[in-house]
Amino acid sequence: MTDLMTTVDWSRWQFALTAIYHWLFVPLTLGLSVMVAVMESVYVRTRSAAWLATTKFWMRLFGINFAIGVATGLILEFEFGTNWSNYSWFVGDIFGAPLAIEGILAFFMESTFIAVMFFGWKRVSPGFHLAATWLTALGASISALWILVANAWMQYPVGMEFDPAQMRNVMTDFWSLFSGVAVNKFFHAVLSGWALAGVFVIGVSAWFLLRGSNREFAFRSIKVGGWMGLAGLLLTMYTGDGSAVEVAKCQPMKLAAMEGLYDGSHGQSLVALAALNPDKRFDNQEDPYLFEMSLPKGLSILANHDASSFVPGINDLVNGISFTPEGDTIRTVAYAERIERGRRAHEALRQYDRAMVARDTAAMEEAETLLRADYPYFGYGYFDSVEEAIPPVPVTFYSFRVMVMLGGYFLLFFFVALVLVYRFPRALDSNKATQWIAMLSVPLMWVCSEAGWMVAEVGRQPWTVQDLLPTRAAVSFLEPGAVMATFWMFAGVFTVLLVAEVSIMMRQISKARTEDLDRGTGVLSSSDTH
Amino acid sequence: MALTLFSSPFVRVWRFYRDGFREMTVGRTLWAIIIIKLIVMFGILKLFFFPDLLSRDFDSDEQRAAHVRSELTRR
Repeated sequence: MTDLMTTVDWSRWQFALTAIYHWLFVPLTLGLSVMVAVMESVYVRTRSAAWLATTKFWMRLFGINFAIGVATGLILEFEFGTNWSNYSWFVGDIFGAPLAIEGILAFFMESTFIAVMFFGWKRVSPGFHLAATWLTALGASISALWILVANAWMQYPVGMEFDPAQMRNVMTDFWSLFSGVAVNKFFHAVLSGWALAGVFVIGVSAWFLLRGSNREFAFRSIKVGGWMGLAGLLLTMYTGDGSAVEVAKCQPMKLAAMEGLYDGSHGQSLVALAALNPDKRFDNQEDPYLFEMSLPKGLSILANHDASSFVPGINDLVNGISFTPEGDTIRTVAYAERIERGRRAHEALRQYDRAMVARDTAAMEEAETLLRADYPYFGYGYFDSVEEAIPPVPVTFYSFRVMVMLGGYFLLFFFVALVLVYRFPRALDSNKATQWIAMLSVPLMWVCSEAGWMVAEVGRQPWTVQDLLPTRAAVSFLEPGAVMATFWMFAGVFTVLLVAEVSIMMRQISKARTEDLDRGTGVLSSSDTH
Repeated sequence: MALTLFSSPFVRVWRFYRDGFREMTVGRTLWAIIIIKLIVMFGILKLFFFPDLLSRDFDSDEQRAAHVRSELTRR
C-alpha cells in the first residue's frame, strides 16, 4: 500500500473514531434536554415536589453528559485543518458558514441558558427557569441543525459554483443548503436522540426497580421516557422513510449498497435478512447473497413510494441508469465515461493553472469553459476503475440492518414499557427479568444510533463531497505514522472521558435516595443539582 | 452611586455566576474535567499535533489556492 493510501485509511479511521465517540454524547444531550424540559413543565404546572425532584435528578445526568461531551466535536474541526486540508479549502466557503453559526449559537445559547438551568433554581422565577430549560433544549437542537446541514451538503452538494482561481466551491444560494436531504437528516438524527434518551431513562429507572428503591420516581420517569421515546422513535421512522426517498434520488449508489443490490428491477424486493456472498463483485455473476429473506416490492415502495417502480442496482448505476431528483428513471452518464470526463476536468484545471501562471487571460477563460463542462464528474477523475466508485457494501448493508432491526425492537420496547407501567405496574415492579432487559437495552440503543451513522457515512464512500471530491483527494499528505500516533492518542483520551462519564453517572445514580426522589423531600437544598 | 453600581445588570450577572459556581457539588468535578479537556485539546493537541496546515505553510489565499490546485491535479 502506498503512503498516501495508508494516510487516507488512518485519517478515515481517526475521523470515524472521533465522530463515533462524539456521537455517544450528542444524542443523549439532544433527547435528555427535551425530556428534562417536559418534566419541569409538569412540575411548574403541578408544583409537585416529587416532579421537581425527578426533574433535578435527570437534569443532573444531563449536566454530566453535557460536560463530558462538550467540545469533543471541536476535535473533528482540528482534523479538518490538519488531516483534510484539501477538503477544507475546496468547500470551506460553504462548509464554514454553518459550522461558524453553530459555534456562535452553541456558545451563546448553551452558556447562557445552561447556567440558568443549573444555577437559577432559587434565583429566577419558575417560569423563567422553565423557559431557560426549554431554550437549552432548543439550542442543542439548533446546534445540531447546522452540523447536519453541513453534513447533508457533502452528501448532496447544491447551491454552489466552482471558482478555479480561488480553487473553491463558492456558495451561490444559502437557502439551498436546506435541501430535502438536510431536512430529513436533521429530524431523523435529532428525533432519534429522543428515542435514545427514552431508552436511557427507562433503563436507569429499571435499575432503581431492580434495587427496590425509588419506585414512584422510577414509574414517573418510565412514563415520560416511554411516551417521549415512542414519539421520538415513530417520528424517526417517518423521517427515515423520507431519508430513504432522498437517498434513492440523490445517492442511489448508497441505496444499492445498503441493499447489496447489484441488478435492479421494477417492483424490487427489500432484503429483510440475508448473508452477503463475500465472493460477489460488481463485475462477476455470483449470487449476491448466501441466503435471503425479502419483502416483495418493499424496496420500490421504500425508495419511490411506488410498488412497481424501478430501483437501480450497482451494475445499473455503473452502466448509467439512475433516477432524477424527481424520481424518474433515466439513462445518465456511465461510470467509465464519468472517469474519462473527470480526467478531462483535471486536465482543464491543469491548463487553467498554467495559463494563470503565464497571466494568459484568454487561455484561462478557455480552460475554465472546458472545466465547467466536465466539472460535475470532477471527483471521478481520481479513480482507476469504476469499482473504486462503489461503497463498501458489507459494512453499509449490515449496519442498515442492525439499525432497522434494533429500531423495530425499540418500538416494541417502548410499547411494552408503557403497557407495563400503566396496566401492570406490579409486574414491572417485581419481574427482575423485565428490569434486566430494560437495563441491557440501553447500550443496544447506542449501537442502533451509531449503526445509523455508519450507514450514512460508509454508504457515501468513496466521497467526502458527492461526485466532486473522494477521500483520497481530500486528505492532506501527512506521514502515516503521525496520523497513526494521533489516532491512538484520541482513542486514549476519549476512552478516559467515557469511563469518567459512566463512573460519575453511576455514582450520582446510586447516591439517589428514596426519600428525595419518591416524595421530593430535600429537593430544595441549594446544591443538589449541580 | 454605589447602589447603582452594585445593582447594575453586569454585577447581578456576575453574582449569579459567582454564587452558582460556589455552590456546586458534582459540578466541581465536571468543571475540572472540562478545563483539563480544554487544556489537552488546545494546549497540546491543537498546538503540537493539529496545526491548520494551509494557514501555517502559506501566507496568502492565492498561495493556498495554488497549493490545493496542485495537490488536486497531481493525485
